[in-house]
Amino acid sequence: MSKKNPEYDFKWCPGCGDFGVRRALEMAMINRKEESGLPMENNVVVAGIGCSGNLVHLLEGDQPYGIHGIHGRSLPIALGVKMAQPTLNVVVVAGDGDFLSIGGEHIGPQAARNLNICAVIMDNGVYGLTKGQSSPTTLEGAITSSTPFGKLETKTNPLELYLTLGVTFIASGFSGQVRPLAQLIKQGMEHTGFSIIHVQSPCTTYNDTFIELKGDLANGIQPALWDIPEDHDTSDRGAAHELLQQGGVPVGVLYNDTERLSLDQSVVNTWEKAKPKTVEQLLGAFEF
Amino acid sequence: MQMRDFVVRFAGEGGQGVVTSAEGLAQTSTQVGYHAMTFATFPSQILGGPTWTQARISVDPVLSPGDDVNVLVAFNRDAYDAHHEEVLPDGVVIYNSTEFELEGDERSFGLPFEEIAKSTGNNRAANMVIMGALAHLINMPQENLIGFVETRFNRGRSEDAEIIKSNILALNLGREHIAESGFSLGELAPPEMPKYQQVMIKGNEAVSVGAMAAGLDFYAGYPISPATPILLYMERNLVGQDRLAYQVSSEIEAITAILGAGYAGKRSMTATSGPGVSLMSEGLGLAWIAEIPLVVVNVQRGGPATGLPTKTEQSDLFSCMYPAHGDVRLPIIAAGTVEECFYGAIKAIQWAEKYQGPVILMTEMSLAERAQNIPKPDLSKVVEGKRETYTGNNGYLRYAGNELSAMPIPGSPGAYVANGSEHDDMGDTTHLGERHVQMTERRFGKIKLLEEDEYERDQPEHSIVVMTWGGSKGPSREAYDTLKADGLPIGWLYTMNLNPLPPKLLEELKTKDLVIVPELNYQGQFSSILRSMGVKAESITQYIGLPFKARTLVEKITEMTNACRKEAAKV
Repeated sequence: MSKKNPEYDFKWCPGCGDFGVRRALEMAMINRKEESGLPMENNVVVAGIGCSGNLVHLLEGDQPYGIHGIHGRSLPIALGVKMAQPTLNVVVVAGDGDFLSIGGEHIGPQAARNLNICAVIMDNGVYGLTKGQSSPTTLEGAITSSTPFGKLETKTNPLELYLTLGVTFIASGFSGQVRPLAQLIKQGMEHTGFSIIHVQSPCTTYNDTFIELKGDLANGIQPALWDIPEDHDTSDRGAAHELLQQGGVPVGVLYNDTERLSLDQSVVNTWEKAKPKTVEQLLGAFEF
Repeated sequence: MQMRDFVVRFAGEGGQGVVTSAEGLAQTSTQVGYHAMTFATFPSQILGGPTWTQARISVDPVLSPGDDVNVLVAFNRDAYDAHHEEVLPDGVVIYNSTEFELEGDERSFGLPFEEIAKSTGNNRAANMVIMGALAHLINMPQENLIGFVETRFNRGRSEDAEIIKSNILALNLGREHIAESGFSLGELAPPEMPKYQQVMIKGNEAVSVGAMAAGLDFYAGYPISPATPILLYMERNLVGQDRLAYQVSSEIEAITAILGAGYAGKRSMTATSGPGVSLMSEGLGLAWIAEIPLVVVNVQRGGPATGLPTKTEQSDLFSCMYPAHGDVRLPIIAAGTVEECFYGAIKAIQWAEKYQGPVILMTEMSLAERAQNIPKPDLSKVVEGKRETYTGNNGYLRYAGNELSAMPIPGSPGAYVANGSEHDDMGDTTHLGERHVQMTERRFGKIKLLEEDEYERDQPEHSIVVMTWGGSKGPSREAYDTLKADGLPIGWLYTMNLNPLPPKLLEELKTKDLVIVPELNYQGQFSSILRSMGVKAESITQYIGLPFKARTLVEKITEMTNACRKEAAKV
C-alpha cells in the first residue's frame, strides 16, 4: 500500500528480515522502472501465504499489481499471469514453508519450462505466522513447537535442489545486505527464464539466526555467510555444485544458464507449425 | 408398418473397429437425411477389453441412445454372451463367423466380414460389409450408401477410385450375404432431409468450439478421462498470437494458472472430471473471493475418488456448486444435449466475464463421447464474453462498494492486490466483521447479474412436473413425450442454468405438488438442492454407470404421479 491503511493490521516483528527483502525488491523494481521506462503497473507480485506473503501489501511508494493467493500456489498462478501477458515482469515472493513444503511440487515443472519469472524466497527456517513449527529448512534435531523431541527430518538444501531441478538462474542473498540483494533481484528479473533469489531472512521471534549468519568474532563465532568469489564461473553447473559443498551460506550468483529458451519464447517458436483457424473453419470441419 | 427408428449395437474388443463402425453408420445415415446418435462405453485400459458402442438411427431427431437393441453386431463370443439378452425377440444378431460359431439362437446370422473384406482386396472394408448387411435389414436403398462411399473416399488421391470400388463391392457382398439368409427387420421410413445445414459433433468437441466462439484466450489442462479430448482439441486449435492452450502438471496447476491468466485479462478455461474438481476446490474459492473470471468444465464420470473413470454419472452437482470451504455457491450451467454443450460453453464464458468469478459447466461422459447430428450453430449470433475493464488512473479501489466494479488489467493503471484473504476496498487484508459482511454480500449479490428469464416449459398447468438436469434430459424428454401422448397429466420444466435458476422458474416450481427429478446419482442431489429452496422435489435415481432408459422413466414417473394424485385425492 502506498500510504498507511488503518484497516490493515498485519505487522512484521521488529527486526524481521523481511523488512530488508521488501526494501530490496522495491529498489529493484524502481530501478527497472527507471531503466526500462515501463510503469510500475507493468510489475505483478504474486505472493504466497505466511509472513513473507504479506510483503505484497507492505510495499511502499508506487504500487505494482499483486496477487495474495493460496498457500503454496504462487508459482502456477505466476505461470498463468506470465503466459497470459509475457511482457509483464512477474515476481513471486514466498517463504521456505510455502515454496519448499506445500508448494515444492511446482518448482520442478517451472524449471523444466524455464518459466520467465523471478522468485524471491524468504527463508527463515521456521513457520512464523503459525507460531514456530518446523519447516523444510529447519535444522535436523531442532526443538520447535511441532517437534517437541527434535526435528526428525534432515534439513533441505534449497540451492542444491534448484540446481538439480534445472533452475536457470540461482542466487543466494541475505536480508541484512539490502543493496547487494536488490542487485541480485534485479539480475534475476532481467534473466530470461526461471530465476530464484534465495534469501536468508531471519525470524527474530522463533529462529533468530542473525548472529550465526553475520558471525560474532569477538565471541569466536565465524560468520556462516561468505561471498561467492568473483572468478566463479556461473555458467558451470559442476562448479556451482562444488561451491555448495563448502557449507555455510554463499552470497552471490551461483548459477546462470543463458542458453535455454524461456517458455514464452518456445511458444512463439511453435506458431510456425500451428495453423490457427477461424471458429467458422473449425465448426465447418464438422459439417456434412 | 414402417419403422421410425432402430438401434444397432456393436460389441467386441477394443481396437476391433467397434467405435468406428457405430460412427460410420451414424455418419452414413445422417448423410442421407436420417438423425443419429451414438453411445459409447469403454474399458479403462489402453488396448483391448470389452467395448461396445451403439448407434440409433431415426427419422426424427434422437433424444436418447435407445432402450432396446434391434441389431447386435458381435465381434466375438464374449460380446455375444454379454449383450444378446438385450436384443429384441424380433431383432437380429450378426456375428463374426470368422471368429466363432453360434448355435441355438434363431435371431443369429453368421457373417464372415473379415474374410469378405479380404476378398475385395481391401482388408479395411469390414465395416462396409456390415453396413451393407444392415442396409438390407432395414431396406435402405443401396444408392444412398454408394453415394456416401463415393463422397467419403473421394480425397483427390490416385488410389481413390480403387478404394471406392472395393468399398462398394464390400457393401454389395454384405447385402447379398444377409439377403440369402432371409432376415429382415422391416422397412425404415424414408428420411426427411433437414432443410438446414447440420454438423455431426461430439459433446467434448461442441464444448471446445463453443468456448472458442465465445472468445476463449487461455486454456490450461491436465489429462483425465473423459475430459482429455478437450485438452487435445485446444492444444491443436487455440494457437497463435495472444492465445495459448497448455498442459500443466496437475489440476492444481490448471486452476491456479487459469486464475493467473483470468486476472491478467484473458478469458480462461480448464476442463476436468470429478477428481480434478476436488483438487481445484481451493483455487475455485480463491477465484470467488478475489473476483477473477474463469471457467471449469466438469465432464462427469462415476465417483468418488477414481470411481468409474469411463462410465457416466451425474454425481458431482454438490461438489461443483459447493466446491470450496467457506461461504461459496458457484454459478452452474449443466448441458443436457450435444447442442447445449456448444451453447452452454458460450454461456459459461459470458457468465464468468460478466460477474467476474468462476463458473462451472457440467457435462458428462455420455454426452462427451456421443456423436450426434445437430443444426449448425449460427456463429453470427454468438456474443463474445467481455468483462467490464477499468480504464482510469492509479489509486483505484477495486473492491469498493456492494456491487460489481470494473476490473483493472495488469500493465494498465489501476494496480491492486487480488486477495484471497478477506480484504478491504483496495484489496488489503482485513479482519473487520463489517468488511466480511459487506464483501460476502457483494460476492453473492453479483450472482443476480446472471439470472435469466427464459426456460423450457410444456403443459405448465399441471401440478406435477418433470424437471431433470444435464444429460438425463434426452431420456426424460422421451419419457415425457410418451406419457403426454398417453394423457398423463404432467408438465415439463427445464433449464441448463442450475445456479442461478431463472427466478420465474423457481417461483413456478414452488407452486407444484410434485417435481420429479430424474438424475444419475444415489443421493438425489438436484432434488435435495431444490427442496432446500422450498420445492417439493423427489428424484428418480440410477447409478449403474449408464444413462436412463426412457422406459424406466415412463414406469417410475407414472408410479410417482399416480401416488401423488392418490394422496391429493385423500386430502
